[in-house]
Amino acid sequence: MSMLGIVLGVAFFLAISALMRGSEADFIQRMIDSAPHITVSDEYRHPPRQPAQLHFADAALTLHGLEPKTETRGIRGYKQKLEWIAALPGVRVAPVLTGQAIITSAGRERGVTMNGVVPRLMRGVSDIDDKMVEGTLEDLAANPNGIIIGRKLAEKLFLRRGDNLTLAAPSGLVRTLKIIGLFETGANAIDEGHAYVLLKRAQTMLGRHDRANRLVLQLDDPYRARTVAAQIEARVGYRAQSWQEASENILSVLFVRNVIMYTVVSAILVVASFGIFNVISTVVLEKRRDIAILKSMGFRARDLRRIFLAQGLVIGGLGSLAGCLAGLGLMRILAGIQIRPPGMSQAINLPVYWGADQLAIAAGFALLSAVAAAWLPARKAGAVHPVDILRGGMA
Amino acid sequence: MSEVLRAAGVSRVLPGPAPVTLVRDIELSIRRGEFVSIQGPSGSGKSSLLYLLGLLDAPSSGRIWLDGIDTATLDDDQLAAARLAKLGFVFQFHFLLAEFSVLDNVLLPMDRLGRLPPPARRERAEALLAGLGLGDYLHRTPDRLSGGQRQRVAIARALANEPLVVLADEPPGNLDSAAGAVVRELLSEIAHRDGRAVVAVTHDPAFARTGDRVIHLIDGRITRDG
Repeated sequence: MSMLGIVLGVAFFLAISALMRGSEADFIQRMIDSAPHITVSDEYRHPPRQPAQLHFADAALTLHGLEPKTETRGIRGYKQKLEWIAALPGVRVAPVLTGQAIITSAGRERGVTMNGVVPRLMRGVSDIDDKMVEGTLEDLAANPNGIIIGRKLAEKLFLRRGDNLTLAAPSGLVRTLKIIGLFETGANAIDEGHAYVLLKRAQTMLGRHDRANRLVLQLDDPYRARTVAAQIEARVGYRAQSWQEASENILSVLFVRNVIMYTVVSAILVVASFGIFNVISTVVLEKRRDIAILKSMGFRARDLRRIFLAQGLVIGGLGSLAGCLAGLGLMRILAGIQIRPPGMSQAINLPVYWGADQLAIAAGFALLSAVAAAWLPARKAGAVHPVDILRGGMA
Repeated sequence: MSEVLRAAGVSRVLPGPAPVTLVRDIELSIRRGEFVSIQGPSGSGKSSLLYLLGLLDAPSSGRIWLDGIDTATLDDDQLAAARLAKLGFVFQFHFLLAEFSVLDNVLLPMDRLGRLPPPARRERAEALLAGLGLGDYLHRTPDRLSGGQRQRVAIARALANEPLVVLADEPPGNLDSAAGAVVRELLSEIAHRDGRAVVAVTHDPAFARTGDRVIHLIDGRITRDG
């Protein structure tokens, strides 16, 4: 029974850990794959110092009634910045101009986020081309009056590839564009709420000539994003946000979730180790006579301690082995289960992490708790005074 | 014959609110090849004296020398090593390990001592058991042996490491008279043929008389030695 406790403990530890870590890895991978690794936006992390502050650096100065200069939003000189960033090793970059727009078709209206892109560059930083179900992103380059929308949006507006729609921008400009492609990411918010046009078309529609409001980057090594973002921000001045910074809240939630998960599954193993403690304590009690005989023969206290520690180790070892096999079986079953998360149009398999490190953690923790559980009774065995037992005869 | 075991002024008192004296002022010397019987009524301290001489218990006062070594100077590990190499025990209830075969029970002290290579250990264990008429029972567990056979296995185990002294606590135990006589004969042979010292505790006067020397114990004191 004590071994069964270890087996179940290790198996559940593995199954839960594999599921948690699998979902975390899947989440991060989706984040890395679908979102830019770094986004340079037309914002400053710290507001630029005003001329009066620069002129009177040490003064306590308050100026009222200043009228800020009206300027076109967006990254100024984005082409030069783009060139500098593109020259960095392992970095791909594309400009994007994003703004709100309204698509109208046959009297139906839908608000969308219009993304003005350069197809050739966008393909290097986004997986949108992989999500195209009809046409390609590159088709935009050949058709300046083309637009790519999500298949879900097209269905809602009863539109198909090749149909025309009307796009209205907040500037008041209205254009008729031809649907040259449809995409499907599986995320409803994107499939129903995003549209892609050429960067130049977006600049015209939004009245922001020669501007991009985001530079999106993908890195060969996504985990260098923090360092590269800091380097870019120091150079270009605009805020460069890595995916880690953008997801800090989520990553900290994942961390807390992992702490809770390991605490819960470790508790299973701790409970199982009490089973081992009970079994070895009972064995020590039952074998007091044999222990006395061995001590009278010349076995030392530490020889006897070793015997019972070894017993704990064997229970822990065999339990861990069986638990790992059972855990792998559970993981296999879990990996075969399909679910459809809310907001997703496609069913996905439960993400399961198959790393060997969690096997080592589970088995190591189980062995440690088994040895710890065996230690007290083993010490008790070593402390048996043979005369106390031998005087009792058959006792 | 050289002295192998000596007790000088040995007393053992169990501490507590009302201390109990098990043995007091024991003076004795035991030599190689000597078969010594310790006789006395129940509660006279016979077994307590045997445990003291077997280094299983420590005297409250006095000294015990084993093979010329003052055992008071030995730590727990050294006492265990001395028991392993120089002493052999035969208890009233055989006290064999139930899960082990006859052969393994005899091999156990030899394996722990490691003085002989494994094949030689096995050879010696088999020879000892064969010499005691147990050659056909090597792989049986103790529960499949008679009381007399079990006690002979216990004697073989006591002799496994060629001890200087064999200490026996009521060796005929609950055996019938025929089996008891065999055990008595064996212990006598161990002393006289093999030249080991044998100290046997008994309450049976007939068994005691087979010894070369009978020590009488009453209320923890030696009342007669000779």
